[in-house]
Amino acid sequence: MRHKLIDLAKVIRTKNSGPFILTIDIIFKDSYVYKRLKEIDYFSKVWWAQVYGINLDDVISVIYFDPVSAVKANIKRRVPSGSPGDTDVYGAQQHAPLLEVEIDV
Amino acid sequence: MLKIFSPTAILGYGFPEKTYYNALSEKPDIIAVDAGSTDPGPYYLGKGISFVDRNATKRDLYYLIKMALKFDIPILVGSSGGCGTKSSLDWTFDIVKEILGTENIKAKVAKIYSDIDKEIVRKAILGDKIKELDGSSKLTVEDLKNVNNIVAQIGISPFIEAYKKGVNIILAGRSYDPAPFSAIPIYKGYPKGLSYHLGKILECGAIAAEPGSGRDGLMGLIFEDRFEVYPLNEDRKCTVISVAAHTLYEKSDPYHLIGPDGVIDLTKSVFIQKDERTVSVMGSEFIESKDKWIKIEGAKYLGIRGVCIAGIRDPIMISQIDEILEKQKILLRENFKDLNKYEIFFHVYGKNGVMGSWEKEKNLSHELCIVIEVIGENQDHVKTILGFLRSSLLHYGYKNRISTAGNLAFPFSPSEVIWGEVFEFKIYHLIKLEDYEFPIEVVEV
Repeated sequence: MRHKLIDLAKVIRTKNSGPFILTIDIIFKDSYVYKRLKEIDYFSKVWWAQVYGINLDDVISVIYFDPVSAVKANIKRRVPSGSPGDTDVYGAQQHAPLLEVEIDV
Repeated sequence: MLKIFSPTAILGYGFPEKTYYNALSEKPDIIAVDAGSTDPGPYYLGKGISFVDRNATKRDLYYLIKMALKFDIPILVGSSGGCGTKSSLDWTFDIVKEILGTENIKAKVAKIYSDIDKEIVRKAILGDKIKELDGSSKLTVEDLKNVNNIVAQIGISPFIEAYKKGVNIILAGRSYDPAPFSAIPIYKGYPKGLSYHLGKILECGAIAAEPGSGRDGLMGLIFEDRFEVYPLNEDRKCTVISVAAHTLYEKSDPYHLIGPDGVIDLTKSVFIQKDERTVSVMGSEFIESKDKWIKIEGAKYLGIRGVCIAGIRDPIMISQIDEILEKQKILLRENFKDLNKYEIFFHVYGKNGVMGSWEKEKNLSHELCIVIEVIGENQDHVKTILGFLRSSLLHYGYKNRISTAGNLAFPFSPSEVIWGEVFEFKIYHLIKLEDYEFPIEVVEV
Protein backbone atom coordinates (compact mmCIF):
# COMPACT_ATOMS: atom_id res chain seq x y z
CA MET A 1 0.00 0.00 0.00
CA ARG A 2 1.14 3.52 -0.71
CA HIS A 3 1.65 5.83 2.25
CA LYS A 4 2.97 9.31 2.63
CA LEU A 5 6.27 9.16 4.50
CA ILE A 6 5.04 11.96 6.73
CA ASP A 7 2.28 9.64 8.01
CA LEU A 8 4.71 6.82 8.85
CA ALA A 9 7.39 8.93 10.54
CA LYS A 10 7.36 10.83 13.81
CA VAL A 11 10.59 12.67 13.13
CA ILE A 12 11.95 13.88 9.79
CA ARG A 13 14.90 16.23 10.23
CA THR A 14 18.18 17.45 8.82
CA LYS A 15 21.21 18.96 10.54
CA ASN A 16 24.90 19.57 9.98
CA SER A 17 27.28 16.81 10.89
CA GLY A 18 30.34 19.02 10.67
CA PRO A 19 30.56 21.86 8.11
CA PHE A 20 30.55 19.68 4.98
CA ILE A 21 27.97 16.97 5.62
CA LEU A 22 24.22 17.12 6.04
CA THR A 23 22.78 14.29 8.11
CA ILE A 24 19.14 13.33 7.61
CA ASP A 25 17.09 11.29 10.10
CA ILE A 26 13.75 9.58 9.64
CA ILE A 27 12.41 8.04 12.87
CA PHE A 28 9.44 5.75 12.29
CA LYS A 29 6.33 5.52 14.46
CA ASP A 30 6.03 1.76 14.04
CA SER A 31 8.99 -0.62 14.42
CA TYR A 32 7.25 -3.25 12.25
CA VAL A 33 6.99 -0.83 9.32
CA TYR A 34 10.61 0.18 9.88
CA LYS A 35 11.81 -3.44 9.86
CA ARG A 36 9.97 -4.25 6.64
CA LEU A 37 11.52 -1.25 4.90
CA LYS A 38 14.97 -2.04 6.30
CA GLU A 39 14.75 -5.67 5.11
CA ILE A 40 14.38 -4.59 1.50
CA ASP A 41 16.83 -1.66 1.93
CA TYR A 42 14.10 0.68 0.75
CA PHE A 43 16.22 3.74 1.60
CA SER A 44 19.12 2.89 -0.67
CA LYS A 45 21.67 5.46 -1.79
CA VAL A 46 19.86 5.59 -5.14
CA TRP A 47 16.59 6.45 -3.35
CA TRP A 48 18.20 9.37 -1.50
CA ALA A 49 19.89 10.65 -4.67
CA GLN A 50 16.51 10.69 -6.41
CA VAL A 51 14.65 12.41 -3.57
CA TYR A 52 17.20 15.21 -3.37
CA GLY A 53 18.04 15.28 -7.09
CA ILE A 54 21.76 14.87 -6.38
CA ASN A 55 24.55 12.67 -7.72
CA LEU A 56 24.80 9.19 -6.27
CA ASP A 57 28.39 9.97 -5.20
CA ASP A 58 27.10 12.76 -2.97
CA VAL A 59 25.17 10.26 -0.85
CA ILE A 60 27.97 9.32 1.54
CA SER A 61 26.28 6.66 3.64
CA VAL A 62 22.93 5.25 4.77
CA ILE A 63 22.65 3.69 8.23
CA TYR A 64 19.71 1.91 9.82
CA PHE A 65 19.47 2.36 13.60
CA ASP A 66 17.28 -0.31 15.19
CA PRO A 67 17.12 1.00 18.79
CA VAL A 68 14.76 3.77 17.68
CA SER A 69 13.56 2.44 14.31
CA ALA A 70 15.39 5.10 12.35
CA VAL A 71 17.21 5.48 9.10
CA LYS A 72 19.94 8.06 8.63
CA ALA A 73 21.52 9.32 5.43
CA ASN A 74 24.60 11.49 5.15
CA ILE A 75 24.84 13.64 2.08
CA LYS A 76 27.32 16.22 0.88
CA ARG A 77 26.15 19.78 1.54
CA ARG A 78 25.56 21.92 -1.58
CA VAL A 79 27.86 24.52 -0.04
CA PRO A 80 29.86 24.15 3.22
CA SER A 81 28.17 25.66 6.27
CA GLY A 82 28.52 29.44 6.23
CA SER A 83 30.59 29.58 3.03
CA PRO A 84 29.56 32.04 0.28
CA GLY A 85 26.35 30.82 -1.34
CA ASP A 86 25.13 28.81 1.64
CA THR A 87 21.47 29.23 2.50
CA ASP A 88 21.18 27.24 5.73
CA VAL A 89 24.12 27.53 8.15
CA TYR A 90 22.80 24.91 10.60
CA GLY A 91 21.39 22.72 7.82
CA ALA A 92 18.19 22.42 9.81
CA GLN A 93 15.63 23.20 7.05
CA GLN A 94 16.56 20.81 4.26
CA HIS A 95 13.97 18.13 5.01
CA ALA A 96 11.05 19.39 2.88
CA PRO A 97 11.59 17.05 -0.13
CA LEU A 98 10.97 14.10 2.22
CA LEU A 99 7.55 15.43 3.24
CA GLU A 100 6.22 14.96 -0.30
CA VAL A 101 7.46 11.41 -0.70
CA GLU A 102 5.12 8.43 -0.94
CA ILE A 103 6.41 4.94 -0.28
CA ASP A 104 5.11 1.39 -0.72
CA VAL A 105 4.88 -0.65 2.43
CA MET B 1 29.12 6.13 41.89
CA LEU B 2 29.74 9.61 40.55
CA LYS B 3 27.02 12.16 39.94
CA ILE B 4 27.57 14.60 37.07
CA PHE B 5 25.39 17.67 36.56
CA SER B 6 25.02 19.02 33.04
CA PRO B 7 23.08 22.30 33.37
CA THR B 8 22.44 23.21 29.72
CA ALA B 9 23.26 22.35 26.11
CA ILE B 10 25.61 25.31 25.65
CA LEU B 11 26.96 27.52 28.42
CA GLY B 12 24.87 30.69 28.16
CA TYR B 13 21.76 29.01 26.71
CA GLY B 14 20.36 29.06 30.28
CA PHE B 15 18.44 26.67 32.53
CA PRO B 16 15.30 27.03 34.66
CA GLU B 17 15.87 27.93 38.31
CA LYS B 18 14.02 24.81 39.45
CA THR B 19 16.54 22.67 37.57
CA TYR B 20 19.30 24.43 39.44
CA TYR B 21 17.68 23.99 42.87
CA ASN B 22 16.84 20.35 42.17
CA ALA B 23 20.48 19.74 41.21
CA LEU B 24 21.58 21.60 44.32
CA SER B 25 19.48 19.36 46.57
CA GLU B 26 21.04 16.28 44.97
CA LYS B 27 24.62 17.43 45.61
CA PRO B 28 26.44 16.38 42.43
CA ASP B 29 30.14 15.42 42.40
CA ILE B 30 30.99 17.22 39.18
CA ILE B 31 29.53 20.10 37.16
CA ALA B 32 30.44 19.95 33.50
CA VAL B 33 29.24 22.01 30.58
CA ASP B 34 29.98 22.34 26.89
CA ALA B 35 30.22 25.87 25.53
CA GLY B 36 31.07 25.16 21.92
CA SER B 37 29.84 24.25 18.50
CA THR B 38 30.77 24.76 14.85
CA ASP B 39 27.06 25.03 14.00
CA PRO B 40 26.88 28.84 14.03
CA GLY B 41 29.32 28.79 11.12
CA PRO B 42 32.92 29.84 10.47
CA TYR B 43 32.62 33.52 11.45
CA TYR B 44 33.07 33.08 15.21
CA LEU B 45 36.15 30.91 14.89
CA GLY B 46 37.60 33.27 12.29
CA LYS B 47 37.10 36.21 14.64
CA GLY B 48 37.91 34.25 17.81
CA ILE B 49 34.72 35.41 19.53
CA SER B 50 31.74 33.81 21.26
CA PHE B 51 28.43 33.18 19.51
CA VAL B 52 26.72 33.35 22.92
CA ASP B 53 26.07 36.68 24.63
CA ARG B 54 28.33 37.73 27.51
CA ASN B 55 25.49 38.50 29.96
CA ALA B 56 23.88 35.13 29.22
CA THR B 57 27.17 33.31 29.84
CA LYS B 58 27.69 35.24 33.05
CA ARG B 59 24.19 34.39 34.27
CA ASP B 60 24.82 30.64 33.88
CA LEU B 61 28.35 30.75 35.32
CA TYR B 62 27.17 32.71 38.34
CA TYR B 63 24.83 29.88 39.39
CA LEU B 64 27.33 27.13 38.61
CA ILE B 65 30.21 28.76 40.48
CA LYS B 66 28.01 29.23 43.55
CA MET B 67 27.04 25.55 43.52
CA ALA B 68 30.62 24.37 42.94
CA LEU B 69 32.09 26.40 45.77
CA LYS B 70 29.28 25.48 48.16
CA PHE B 71 29.98 21.75 47.73
CA ASP B 72 33.67 22.11 46.88
CA ILE B 73 33.16 20.26 43.59
CA PRO B 74 34.87 21.04 40.27
CA ILE B 75 33.36 22.80 37.24
CA LEU B 76 34.72 21.78 33.87
CA VAL B 77 33.95 23.91 30.80
CA GLY B 78 34.68 22.53 27.34
CA SER B 79 35.18 24.76 24.26
CA SER B 80 35.12 27.94 26.35
CA GLY B 81 33.67 30.92 24.52
CA GLY B 82 32.18 28.76 21.76
CA CYS B 83 34.98 28.47 19.24
CA GLY B 84 37.54 27.65 21.94
CA THR B 85 40.35 29.98 20.84
CA LYS B 86 42.68 31.67 23.35
CA SER B 87 40.72 34.90 22.95
CA SER B 88 37.38 33.23 23.67
CA LEU B 89 38.82 31.28 26.61
CA ASP B 90 40.24 34.50 28.08
CA TRP B 91 36.82 36.12 27.54
CA THR B 92 35.25 33.34 29.64
CA PHE B 93 37.99 33.68 32.26
CA ASP B 94 37.28 37.38 32.48
CA ILE B 95 33.62 36.62 33.25
CA VAL B 96 34.67 34.10 35.93
CA LYS B 97 36.99 36.70 37.50
CA GLU B 98 34.18 39.23 37.51
CA ILE B 99 31.82 36.82 39.32
CA LEU B 100 34.44 35.81 41.89
CA GLY B 101 35.30 39.46 42.50
CA THR B 102 31.69 40.55 43.00
CA GLU B 103 30.95 37.62 45.30
CA ASN B 104 34.24 38.18 47.08
CA ILE B 105 35.24 34.52 46.87
CA LYS B 106 38.55 32.90 45.99
CA ALA B 107 39.04 30.06 43.56
CA LYS B 108 41.77 28.24 41.69
CA VAL B 109 41.19 28.29 37.95
CA ALA B 110 42.97 26.20 35.31
CA LYS B 111 43.06 27.39 31.71
CA ILE B 112 43.83 24.81 29.04
CA TYR B 113 44.77 26.46 25.76
CA SER B 114 44.15 24.39 22.67
CA ASP B 115 45.29 26.81 19.95
CA ILE B 116 47.74 25.30 17.50
CA ASP B 117 50.50 27.41 16.05
CA LYS B 118 50.28 27.84 12.28
CA GLU B 119 53.90 26.75 11.95
CA ILE B 120 53.06 23.34 13.44
CA VAL B 121 50.29 22.91 10.87
CA ARG B 122 52.58 24.06 8.05
CA LYS B 123 55.19 21.45 9.03
CA ALA B 124 52.49 18.78 9.32
CA ILE B 125 51.29 19.58 5.79
CA LEU B 126 54.82 19.29 4.43
CA GLY B 127 55.46 16.13 6.49
CA ASP B 128 52.22 14.49 5.32
CA LYS B 129 50.83 14.39 8.84
CA ILE B 130 47.49 15.95 7.96
CA LYS B 131 44.47 14.16 6.58
CA GLU B 132 41.04 15.26 5.40
CA LEU B 133 38.00 14.66 7.58
CA ASP B 134 34.28 14.31 6.87
CA GLY B 135 34.24 15.99 3.48
CA SER B 136 36.96 18.61 3.94
CA SER B 137 39.32 19.22 1.02
CA LYS B 138 43.07 18.78 0.80
CA LEU B 139 44.97 21.38 2.82
CA THR B 140 47.88 23.30 1.33
CA VAL B 141 50.44 25.68 2.86
CA GLU B 142 48.88 28.42 0.72
CA ASP B 143 45.51 27.85 2.47
CA LEU B 144 47.02 28.86 5.81
CA LYS B 145 47.67 32.41 4.64
CA ASN B 146 44.34 33.94 5.64
CA VAL B 147 43.56 31.65 8.58
CA ASN B 148 43.79 33.53 11.89
CA ASN B 149 42.89 30.97 14.53
CA ILE B 150 43.56 27.25 14.51
CA VAL B 151 42.24 25.18 17.40
CA ALA B 152 42.60 21.51 18.24
CA GLN B 153 39.84 19.46 19.83
CA ILE B 154 41.40 18.19 23.04
CA GLY B 155 40.44 14.87 24.59
CA ILE B 156 40.26 13.91 28.27
CA SER B 157 44.01 13.98 29.10
CA PRO B 158 44.47 17.75 29.54
CA PHE B 159 41.30 17.87 31.69
CA ILE B 160 42.72 15.13 33.93
CA GLU B 161 46.09 16.93 34.18
CA ALA B 162 44.31 20.14 35.19
CA TYR B 163 42.08 18.29 37.68
CA LYS B 164 45.14 16.75 39.36
CA LYS B 165 46.35 20.27 40.13
CA GLY B 166 43.46 20.61 42.60
CA VAL B 167 41.59 23.45 40.90
CA ASN B 168 37.97 24.57 41.38
CA ILE B 169 37.29 25.62 37.81
CA ILE B 170 38.70 24.22 34.56
CA LEU B 171 38.26 26.36 31.46
CA ALA B 172 39.37 24.54 28.34
CA GLY B 173 39.80 25.73 24.78
CA ARG B 174 38.21 23.77 21.94
CA SER B 175 37.33 20.34 23.33
CA TYR B 176 35.80 17.08 22.16
CA ASP B 177 32.23 17.60 23.39
CA PRO B 178 32.08 14.64 25.87
CA ALA B 179 35.59 15.30 27.31
CA PRO B 180 34.71 17.60 30.27
CA PHE B 181 31.99 15.12 31.36
CA SER B 182 34.03 11.94 30.88
CA ALA B 183 37.50 13.01 32.11
CA ILE B 184 37.06 12.66 35.88
CA PRO B 185 35.02 9.41 35.74
CA ILE B 186 37.70 7.84 33.53
CA TYR B 187 40.47 9.18 35.79
CA LYS B 188 38.69 7.58 38.76
CA GLY B 189 38.59 4.24 36.99
CA TYR B 190 35.05 4.02 35.60
CA PRO B 191 34.75 2.16 32.29
CA LYS B 192 35.72 4.31 29.33
CA GLY B 193 32.88 3.20 27.03
CA LEU B 194 30.24 4.10 29.60
CA SER B 195 31.98 7.33 30.64
CA TYR B 196 32.29 8.59 27.06
CA HIS B 197 28.77 7.55 26.11
CA LEU B 198 27.38 9.31 29.18
CA GLY B 199 29.44 12.40 28.25
CA LYS B 200 28.05 12.26 24.72
CA ILE B 201 24.49 12.41 26.10
CA LEU B 202 25.14 14.99 28.83
CA GLU B 203 26.95 17.45 26.55
CA CYS B 204 23.64 18.45 24.94
CA GLY B 205 21.85 19.09 28.24
CA ALA B 206 18.18 18.15 28.15
CA ILE B 207 18.09 17.63 24.37
CA ALA B 208 18.12 13.87 25.16
CA ALA B 209 14.98 14.24 27.31
CA GLU B 210 11.30 14.39 26.32
CA PRO B 211 10.29 17.06 25.59
CA GLY B 212 13.81 17.98 24.58
CA SER B 213 15.35 21.34 25.36
CA GLY B 214 18.67 23.07 24.83
CA ARG B 215 17.87 25.34 27.75
CA ASP B 216 17.73 22.75 30.51
CA GLY B 217 19.90 20.12 32.14
CA LEU B 218 20.33 16.45 32.96
CA MET B 219 21.90 14.51 35.79
CA GLY B 220 24.15 11.58 34.94
CA LEU B 221 25.15 8.83 37.35
CA ILE B 222 28.03 6.56 36.48
CA PHE B 223 28.48 3.10 38.04
CA GLU B 224 30.91 0.24 37.36
CA ASP B 225 28.49 -1.56 35.04
CA ARG B 226 26.08 1.10 33.78
CA PHE B 227 25.11 4.73 33.72
CA GLU B 228 21.80 6.42 34.39
CA VAL B 229 20.44 9.72 33.12
CA TYR B 230 17.41 11.71 34.16
CA PRO B 231 16.21 15.30 33.85
CA LEU B 232 16.15 17.58 36.88
CA ASN B 233 13.05 19.36 35.67
CA GLU B 234 9.85 17.42 36.58
CA ASP B 235 8.25 18.54 33.30
CA ARG B 236 10.60 16.26 31.35
CA LYS B 237 11.57 12.63 31.34
CA CYS B 238 14.28 10.50 29.79
CA THR B 239 12.90 7.61 27.76
CA VAL B 240 14.70 4.78 26.00
CA ILE B 241 13.70 6.40 22.73
CA SER B 242 14.78 9.93 23.68
CA VAL B 243 18.18 8.74 24.95
CA ALA B 244 18.87 6.25 22.17
CA ALA B 245 17.68 8.73 19.52
CA HIS B 246 20.14 11.27 20.83
CA THR B 247 23.11 9.40 19.37
CA LEU B 248 21.55 9.98 15.95
CA TYR B 249 21.51 13.72 16.41
CA GLU B 250 24.17 15.66 14.47
CA LYS B 251 26.22 12.48 14.01
CA SER B 252 27.01 10.63 10.81
CA ASP B 253 27.13 7.16 12.40
CA PRO B 254 25.05 6.49 15.54
CA TYR B 255 26.93 3.27 16.36
CA HIS B 256 30.51 4.57 16.17
CA LEU B 257 31.32 7.99 17.59
CA ILE B 258 34.86 8.99 16.74
CA GLY B 259 36.87 11.22 19.05
CA PRO B 260 40.48 12.20 19.77
CA ASP B 261 41.22 9.18 21.98
CA GLY B 262 39.32 6.51 20.08
CA VAL B 263 35.85 5.35 19.10
CA ILE B 264 32.76 5.00 21.31
CA ASP B 265 31.18 1.76 20.12
CA LEU B 266 27.45 1.56 20.77
CA THR B 267 26.73 -1.65 18.84
CA LYS B 268 26.26 -3.55 22.12
CA SER B 269 24.56 -0.75 24.10
CA VAL B 270 21.38 -1.72 25.90
CA PHE B 271 18.92 0.97 26.96
CA ILE B 272 16.53 0.18 29.85
CA GLN B 273 13.71 2.30 31.29
CA LYS B 274 14.66 2.25 34.99
CA ASP B 275 11.75 4.31 36.22
CA GLU B 276 9.37 6.78 34.67
CA ARG B 277 12.04 9.45 34.17
CA THR B 278 15.35 7.56 34.25
CA VAL B 279 17.12 5.55 31.57
CA SER B 280 19.87 3.09 32.39
CA VAL B 281 22.49 2.19 29.76
CA MET B 282 24.87 -0.78 29.67
CA GLY B 283 27.24 -2.35 27.19
CA SER B 284 28.76 0.75 25.56
CA GLU B 285 32.40 0.11 24.69
CA PHE B 286 35.44 2.15 23.81
CA ILE B 287 38.03 1.26 21.23
CA GLU B 288 41.27 3.08 21.98
CA SER B 289 43.00 4.40 18.87
CA LYS B 290 46.64 3.42 18.41
CA ASP B 291 47.66 6.55 16.54
CA LYS B 292 46.64 9.82 18.10
CA TRP B 293 45.16 11.93 15.33
CA ILE B 294 43.64 15.14 16.62
CA LYS B 295 40.96 17.19 14.92
CA ILE B 296 41.88 20.79 14.13
CA GLU B 297 39.62 23.60 12.95
CA GLY B 298 40.36 26.88 11.25
CA ALA B 299 38.40 29.46 9.29
CA LYS B 300 39.81 31.39 6.36
CA TYR B 301 39.10 35.09 5.81
CA LEU B 302 37.48 35.82 2.43
CA GLY B 303 36.37 39.44 2.43
CA ILE B 304 33.57 41.77 3.48
CA ARG B 305 29.84 41.08 3.13
CA GLY B 306 27.10 43.61 2.49
CA VAL B 307 23.39 42.87 2.37
CA CYS B 308 20.26 44.60 1.06
CA ILE B 309 16.79 43.29 1.90
CA ALA B 310 13.76 44.07 -0.27
CA GLY B 311 10.27 42.75 -0.97
CA ILE B 312 8.49 42.33 -4.32
CA ARG B 313 4.69 42.10 -4.64
CA ASP B 314 4.20 42.74 -8.34
CA PRO B 315 3.08 39.53 -10.13
CA ILE B 316 4.37 40.70 -13.51
CA MET B 317 7.84 41.22 -12.05
CA ILE B 318 7.71 38.00 -10.00
CA SER B 319 6.98 35.96 -13.13
CA GLN B 320 10.26 37.16 -14.68
CA ILE B 321 12.35 37.29 -11.53
CA ASP B 322 15.28 35.08 -12.63
CA GLU B 323 16.06 36.97 -15.82
CA ILE B 324 15.57 40.35 -14.12
CA LEU B 325 18.12 39.48 -11.42
CA GLU B 326 20.64 38.07 -13.91
CA LYS B 327 20.33 41.25 -15.96
CA GLN B 328 21.45 43.35 -12.98
CA LYS B 329 24.80 41.55 -12.90
CA ILE B 330 25.35 42.43 -16.57
CA LEU B 331 24.45 46.07 -15.96
CA LEU B 332 26.86 46.16 -13.01
CA ARG B 333 29.74 44.84 -15.13
CA GLU B 334 29.02 47.47 -17.79
CA ASN B 335 28.97 50.25 -15.20
CA PHE B 336 32.11 49.31 -13.23
CA LYS B 337 34.56 47.73 -15.66
CA ASP B 338 37.45 47.85 -13.16
CA LEU B 339 35.67 46.01 -10.37
CA ASN B 340 36.04 42.28 -10.73
CA LYS B 341 36.81 40.65 -7.42
CA TYR B 342 33.38 40.16 -5.96
CA GLU B 343 30.62 37.60 -5.60
CA ILE B 344 26.89 38.32 -5.80
CA PHE B 345 24.15 36.08 -4.44
CA PHE B 346 20.44 36.78 -4.82
CA HIS B 347 18.62 34.84 -2.10
CA VAL B 348 15.04 34.74 -3.33
CA TYR B 349 12.68 33.79 -0.51
CA GLY B 350 9.30 32.67 -1.80
CA LYS B 351 11.12 30.83 -4.58
CA ASN B 352 14.15 28.86 -3.37
CA GLY B 353 15.79 30.98 -0.66
CA VAL B 354 16.13 28.05 1.76
CA MET B 355 17.03 25.13 -0.50
CA GLY B 356 18.64 26.76 -3.55
CA SER B 357 19.11 24.29 -6.40
CA TRP B 358 17.68 21.47 -4.24
CA GLU B 359 14.24 23.11 -4.24
CA LYS B 360 11.62 21.06 -6.09
CA GLU B 361 8.60 23.33 -5.59
CA LYS B 362 8.04 25.20 -8.85
CA ASN B 363 5.26 27.55 -7.71
CA LEU B 364 6.33 31.01 -6.65
CA SER B 365 4.82 32.79 -3.69
CA HIS B 366 2.58 35.84 -4.26
CA GLU B 367 5.36 37.94 -2.71
CA LEU B 368 9.11 37.48 -2.72
CA CYS B 369 11.84 38.61 -0.38
CA ILE B 370 15.12 39.28 -2.10
CA VAL B 371 18.27 39.33 -0.03
CA ILE B 372 21.01 40.78 -2.18
CA GLU B 373 24.36 39.61 -0.85
CA VAL B 374 27.67 41.01 -2.04
CA ILE B 375 31.06 39.75 -0.93
CA GLY B 376 33.98 41.93 -1.94
CA GLU B 377 37.57 42.81 -1.13
CA ASN B 378 36.77 45.78 1.06
CA GLN B 379 33.90 47.81 2.43
CA ASP B 380 34.24 50.48 -0.22
CA HIS B 381 33.80 48.06 -3.11
CA VAL B 382 30.93 46.26 -1.40
CA LYS B 383 29.07 49.54 -0.85
CA THR B 384 29.56 50.53 -4.47
CA ILE B 385 28.30 47.22 -5.83
CA LEU B 386 25.41 46.91 -3.41
CA GLY B 387 24.34 50.51 -3.98
CA PHE B 388 24.35 49.99 -7.74
CA LEU B 389 22.34 46.74 -7.55
CA ARG B 390 19.79 48.34 -5.26
CA SER B 391 19.14 51.38 -7.45
CA SER B 392 19.36 49.45 -10.70
CA LEU B 393 16.85 46.83 -9.57
CA LEU B 394 14.57 49.47 -8.04
CA HIS B 395 14.11 51.28 -11.35
CA TYR B 396 14.69 48.51 -13.88
CA GLY B 397 12.22 48.56 -16.79
CA TYR B 398 11.33 44.90 -17.22
CA LYS B 399 8.92 43.60 -19.85
CA ASN B 400 5.21 44.59 -19.53
CA ARG B 401 5.94 46.75 -16.50
CA ILE B 402 2.96 48.84 -15.36
CA SER B 403 4.18 49.83 -11.90
CA THR B 404 6.66 52.45 -13.00
CA ALA B 405 7.47 54.19 -9.70
CA GLY B 406 9.72 51.53 -8.19
CA ASN B 407 10.16 47.75 -8.12
CA LEU B 408 11.20 47.12 -4.53
CA ALA B 409 9.60 47.45 -1.09
CA PHE B 410 12.37 48.13 1.41
CA PRO B 411 11.44 47.32 4.99
CA PHE B 412 14.29 49.43 6.40
CA SER B 413 16.14 52.66 5.95
CA PRO B 414 19.04 52.38 5.37
CA SER B 415 18.20 49.58 3.00
CA GLU B 416 21.75 48.24 2.89
CA VAL B 417 24.01 47.12 5.66
CA ILE B 418 27.66 46.13 5.86
CA TRP B 419 27.33 42.78 7.59
CA GLY B 420 30.99 42.29 8.40
CA GLU B 421 33.79 39.89 7.63
CA VAL B 422 33.26 36.64 5.75
CA PHE B 423 35.06 33.41 6.58
CA GLU B 424 34.86 29.82 5.40
CA PHE B 425 35.78 26.60 7.17
CA LYS B 426 39.09 25.72 5.57
CA ILE B 427 40.73 23.56 8.21
CA TYR B 428 38.65 20.65 9.40
CA HIS B 429 41.30 18.00 9.39
CA LEU B 430 43.13 15.45 11.49
CA ILE B 431 46.70 16.19 12.51
CA LYS B 432 49.25 13.84 14.00
CA LEU B 433 50.86 15.59 16.93
CA GLU B 434 53.80 13.71 18.45
CA ASP B 435 54.65 14.46 22.10
CA TYR B 436 52.53 17.57 22.12
CA GLU B 437 51.20 18.91 25.39
CA PHE B 438 48.48 21.51 25.59
CA PRO B 439 49.59 24.29 27.98
CA ILE B 440 47.75 24.46 31.31
CA GLU B 441 47.88 27.70 33.26
CA VAL B 442 46.71 27.73 36.88
CA VAL B 443 45.62 31.05 38.36
CA GLU B 444 44.40 31.86 41.85
CA VAL B 445 41.66 34.46 41.65
